[in-house]
Amino acid sequence: MASHYRWLAVILLLVAFCVWVSLPDTTGLDWNNDGELDLVVEQKLGLDLVGGVRVLLEAQLPPGSFTIEDLQRAADNVNKRVNGLGLTEATVQVQGDRRILVELPGVTNKKQAVDTIKATALLEFVDFAGIPGVGNLDDTRILTNQQDQLLKARGEQASADLRRRPDTGQPFTTILTGADLQSASAQYDAKTGRFFIAVKLNDSAAATFSSFTGSRVGQPMAIVLDSTVLSAPVIQSQLGSDFVIQGNFTQDEANSLALQLRSGALPIPLREEAASDVGATLGQESVNLSIRAGIIGVVVVLAFMVLYYRVPGIAAALALIVFALMNFAAYKLIPVTLTLPAITGFLISIGTAVDGNILIFERVKEEIRAGKPLGMALDLGFSRAWGSIRDSNISTIIICVVLFFFGQTPGASVVSGFAITLILGLVINLFTAVIVTRTFLYLLAAWLQKPLSEKKWLLGA
Amino acid sequence: MFNLVEKRRWFFLISAIVIFPGLFAMVYSTVTTGAPFRMSIDFVGGSIYDLSFAEKGITEGDIRDAFAEFDDRSLTVQRLTLDDGTERWSVRGSYLEQDQTDQILDKLNAISPLNRDRTQIEQVSETIGAEVAQAAFLAVLAASFIVSFFIIIAFRTVPNALRYGLSAIAAMLHDVLVVMGVASIMGLFFGWEVDALFLTAVLTVLAYSVQDSIVLFDRIRENIPQYLGEPYETIVNRSIWETIHRSLATQLNAFFIMAAILLFGGETIKQFIAILFIGLLSGTYSSIFTAVPLLVAWEKGEIPLLSRVGKILPAPLAVEDRV
Repeated sequence: MASHYRWLAVILLLVAFCVWVSLPDTTGLDWNNDGELDLVVEQKLGLDLVGGVRVLLEAQLPPGSFTIEDLQRAADNVNKRVNGLGLTEATVQVQGDRRILVELPGVTNKKQAVDTIKATALLEFVDFAGIPGVGNLDDTRILTNQQDQLLKARGEQASADLRRRPDTGQPFTTILTGADLQSASAQYDAKTGRFFIAVKLNDSAAATFSSFTGSRVGQPMAIVLDSTVLSAPVIQSQLGSDFVIQGNFTQDEANSLALQLRSGALPIPLREEAASDVGATLGQESVNLSIRAGIIGVVVVLAFMVLYYRVPGIAAALALIVFALMNFAAYKLIPVTLTLPAITGFLISIGTAVDGNILIFERVKEEIRAGKPLGMALDLGFSRAWGSIRDSNISTIIICVVLFFFGQTPGASVVSGFAITLILGLVINLFTAVIVTRTFLYLLAAWLQKPLSEKKWLLGA
Repeated sequence: MFNLVEKRRWFFLISAIVIFPGLFAMVYSTVTTGAPFRMSIDFVGGSIYDLSFAEKGITEGDIRDAFAEFDDRSLTVQRLTLDDGTERWSVRGSYLEQDQTDQILDKLNAISPLNRDRTQIEQVSETIGAEVAQAAFLAVLAASFIVSFFIIIAFRTVPNALRYGLSAIAAMLHDVLVVMGVASIMGLFFGWEVDALFLTAVLTVLAYSVQDSIVLFDRIRENIPQYLGEPYETIVNRSIWETIHRSLATQLNAFFIMAAILLFGGETIKQFIAILFIGLLSGTYSSIFTAVPLLVAWEKGEIPLLSRVGKILPAPLAVEDRV
């Protein structure tokens, strides 16, 4: 009996901990009072519940023409841009050897976010000086020697649509690229009512640029972004490290261009392979509907267990509440991103949790009908049902592992949420269905010994 | 004690009646559309737009016009139920990139203001779709193989372990065929699509089907040494009746939860839940009415070719790890 009280104490402590973790305001725990959380807990909600944008970007280059480091660098730059947009909850991960998955919870303007992220943002300052017949090339696409080299390195031919030097037919010469910038920021010119980008070059680039502009005063120079000419101003005087880039920018465009320049050009051009865009209200509605459905389902199950199995049913119902709390706490501790399929996985695992109890109680009833005394019937019920509970849970856990790996495929990511919550439920259930239910049931049996041995209906038998 | 096992031919017939229309639907669907099911964009690529407009008045023609420039493949345009007075449309088409999608949304917005907060867009390229389809195929293979292996391991100490293993696998196939058939039929008549979640449902059904068979077989293996004088058939029948309360109670609880999700939960996972529920029902049925009768039929030599593979002897068996 003493061991059951010990277990009860353990369970109550566990419940208290789980309740604390599950409270919406809990963010973590600071053990050593150094102002930093040593235990961080957070509730992560998936895009289908909060709304937002998910994009799967794929390298737009043939396999083998870039390394995994290039891809990682591209992902890092994407991450900088995402942070620059103020999206702190966003995630950027490399998937496989040619893809980057970007998740932006709460984003409503997909166009701006995705355009900012996937733009290559290769900025070049191009020499137009002394080239006859160039004319006004604003907004046209040209080929520079920098891009030509990049293309050749990948084994590609430059498109014939790109304009080349009219006199020689060769690519235009690049003087500097965006990699030589130290900083870039969007600014507003109140006089002209236009936005422009203020840039600062690093020291070595500033020297190159200064000598170049000093020798070409009165000649044109082009500012080119991803092959497209932004503007081709005439050099008015020798330029130093600080100058401005003008163009027909809206405020948003100026901001995202400055951000792209700060975060660096992407080493690999990216293309969208899959996207999902969920309105915020739809997500909220899904949360509300799921919570309501979950509560109704669980309450009916609890009621059924109590009505059908009576006193053992009460123990099972209490154990089920412990089970749910432990799951909620696990979601915040691990943390598990909750999506609709993840919530479904949890609800399905409740079915399994209850099944464990049912297996035990049916056994107990049989033993009582066979004339065994209460205590012995309980012992036999638990020990005989254990094999079935263990084997049947293991087979489901195996399947969940397969599902989890399937969910790692880009495009099937909804599946992993379901697999994770179901696995968690099954593992937690091995503890609650047996230890927790047993503790509650033995204690109830001890407190209600007399009525239980006299009135068999209290045991549902 | 009603003899369920005796009626096994009827149960085989019932299974056949349930499974054959589904098989027929899958064959018909493969012949007419090239795939046994209606495949969702998860597997073949494409776009789904769930559009919500702030005002009434937009017509199917307007929507088709807005898409016409970019989407040459046949569009499916469907008006959804108006639950709160707003206008909702579901559009399916080919995979488009951001720029084109934006132009379409701008065009629609100009005709009738879009409610972006309640609009949902899913887009998957054909490459990704093909990869998911391939991964799905591998997942099914891996799951079937591992579970079959697990069953054989779990029953290695029982005489004729292979029979138990193969019967449980037969029940598992039964359930998978039932849900696949239902998905195919629903696809033909109601346009249900098979997506990554459907595959999840199939594999979950597979797991729970095995779970049911294991519980029942466990009881048979426990009863064999306890009722040494009884014929195998009687022992098996007794085992079914002893575990049937558990089967029904568990099934009922699963039903409560799934019914709650179907009645009160969100739209997007209802097909998933429906398939899952049918599968779990089939799983309970098949463990009692397919797996166990198969065991008995095998024992009695009713299965051609397999009848000579030795007889099940009610050999005394140590009840070692079960007690």
